Amino acid sequence: MNKVQNNRAWFLILPMLLLVAFSAIIPLMTVVNYSVQDVFDPNTRFFTGTEWFVAMLNDPALQSALLRQFAFSFTILAIQVPLGIGIALLMPKQGWRASLVLILVTLPLLIPWNVVGSIWQIFTRGDIGLMGWGLRELGYGYNITRNPVDAWATIILMDVWHWTPLIALLCYSGLRSIPEAYYQAARIDRASRWAVFRYIQLPKLTNVLVIGVLLRFMHSFMIYAEPFVLTGGGPGSSTTFLSQSLAIMAIAQFDVGPSAAFSLIYFLIILLVCWVFYTAIMNLQKDKR
Amino acid sequence: MNPSTDTLTTPDRQADHRTDSEAPKAQVATRAERRNPGASKGRSRLLLGLYLLFILLPIYWLLNMSFQTNSEILGTLSFWPQNFTFDNYAKIFTDPTWYMGYVNSIGYVLMNMLISIAVALPAAYAFSRYRFIGDKHLFFWLLTNLMAPPAVFLLPYFQLYYSVGLFDTHVAVALAHCLFNIPLAVWILEGFMSSVPKEVDETAYIDGYSFPAFFVKIFIPMIRSGIGVTLFFLFMFSWVELLLARTLTATNAQPIASIMTRTSTASGIDWGTLAAAGVLTIIPGIVVVYFVRNHIAKGFALGRT
Amino acid sequence: MSWMVWTLPTAVFFSTIAAMLAGMTAWEVISPSVERKGFLPIATTRGDRLFIGLLSAAYIHLAVIGFTSLSIWLALAVSVAWLLILMRWG
Repeated sequence: MNKVQNNRAWFLILPMLLLVAFSAIIPLMTVVNYSVQDVFDPNTRFFTGTEWFVAMLNDPALQSALLRQFAFSFTILAIQVPLGIGIALLMPKQGWRASLVLILVTLPLLIPWNVVGSIWQIFTRGDIGLMGWGLRELGYGYNITRNPVDAWATIILMDVWHWTPLIALLCYSGLRSIPEAYYQAARIDRASRWAVFRYIQLPKLTNVLVIGVLLRFMHSFMIYAEPFVLTGGGPGSSTTFLSQSLAIMAIAQFDVGPSAAFSLIYFLIILLVCWVFYTAIMNLQKDKR
Repeated sequence: MNPSTDTLTTPDRQADHRTDSEAPKAQVATRAERRNPGASKGRSRLLLGLYLLFILLPIYWLLNMSFQTNSEILGTLSFWPQNFTFDNYAKIFTDPTWYMGYVNSIGYVLMNMLISIAVALPAAYAFSRYRFIGDKHLFFWLLTNLMAPPAVFLLPYFQLYYSVGLFDTHVAVALAHCLFNIPLAVWILEGFMSSVPKEVDETAYIDGYSFPAFFVKIFIPMIRSGIGVTLFFLFMFSWVELLLARTLTATNAQPIASIMTRTSTASGIDWGTLAAAGVLTIIPGIVVVYFVRNHIAKGFALGRT
Repeated sequence: MSWMVWTLPTAVFFSTIAAMLAGMTAWEVISPSVERKGFLPIATTRGDRLFIGLLSAAYIHLAVIGFTSLSIWLALAVSVAWLLILMRWG
């Protein structure tokens, strides 16, 4: 669409800008202020300069949390994206069956995140959970509080359960926007199922998939409540991800300065990834035109 | 997006074929379908069924447990409730400290939806119709807020809302959730608004509508479904968020999600009540998704397909 | 405002950012920016280049203070030089 140059549009933006700025800029400034000081209360504080940043960047616990975070994010993307595309291809296109499947698939997205943790906690417990009990009956000594591999596998399974629907629904909407004429043409050309997917469906999906990957990557970076309820970050710290490390530091230990410095590093990582994805989306759309 | 600009120009070729002859239906089936007619459909149903089973099984287990007594839960592993009981639900509905959690949660979610949609509508219109200084950067900045981990803002939020005297009120949580909900609303609405042709606006102005009159009387009704889907997403992300809601409230506005932590006590976890409370948090979502089921797919692509 | 615990360096930092944004807006009003392709792999406007410069400046600072014992002023000098190169030829 050709947009009109009009700087008065700023007046339409203004209310939104003020509200978001109140929620975003003031707290961000405060975080920056915290990060260069040792704060006991507003009147008792000492300027520390870059000390907290040095400490945080060299903290082995946080470095390993960051590595775990990346490992987790890439693992779930590698599972959820292909699975989501597959589900979208299987979903019925119309009729009451389509509505029913749509509602069922959306279900996990609408459950509060800590309840998702509780559901999986109940489901996987060795004594009362169907999955935990079942695996033990099959002879596997499943134990998420002792075995880090079990804990990891369970968290990944939980995240796949929770968030694959987002990718599936995005792809489903992308598929529905393909005109029926394309498929008819493919049938006349006797295109194989794979050729239909590769040359008709996949090009239509790239747009929504980039959005999906962006959202999933970012949300996996802020995962907090589910592992907190399910494993509490354990066993040891094997499932402690970035948000949880930060929340422990900020809330439980009340280390304002270090946690602020850590927040800023965390935020810069998010900002960079976000910018790369955003630029990619914008260039994709530009190429299409 | 214009299909004809895509790399594949199959519709043209298809048109050619149609002029040749009307190909018999059996002949135009894809190769896979011809090899084993019917079997591929059955297999895809089976796979989809397995996935739905995977989604429903944990939820069924929660539901199953919510109808059992604690002694049954801990005593035997039963695949369906042996002594069917509503006690767990009765406990929640008779104890104000429990059911007020739902009221509080719904309260701040509704407030947040109202605030977000009210400021996002004009902003999304501006983004979809005009170019102005800094528009692209502003839009990117909005998106970064959508991506910002709430954990980063916990402490300053606590301080900020404490200092303006809003701590432990519904408004505080509603405003805090604006951080990610307003950008989300602008993003989705901008997609829907961009698909309304600009000629609509121009015709209305020629007909003598002022901007506010045009916006309320013509434009908003045109993107009704988009607004519905946006409201659904606002509901969803505000309803499921826990970290900020828990940090900004103490007793008066405590969300249900943080009341649920009370089920774990020194004497063990009250599994039955926990399960019942969990089931009750799923129901509002089902109700809301039912209303937007026909538009939801488009909404998930942010109106951009 | 006392809970925001302002310090002089952070106040200077945010004032500089605000001044940059104001300056860029004024510059944009006087002579609108044209998107162009420099040595960066994508076509950019002035604002894009400023953002890229600031973001990389943040990473340069983190790298210098976190993993070397060099002075932070060196990081600042490198960042400013990099920002100017970006704005001119990026």
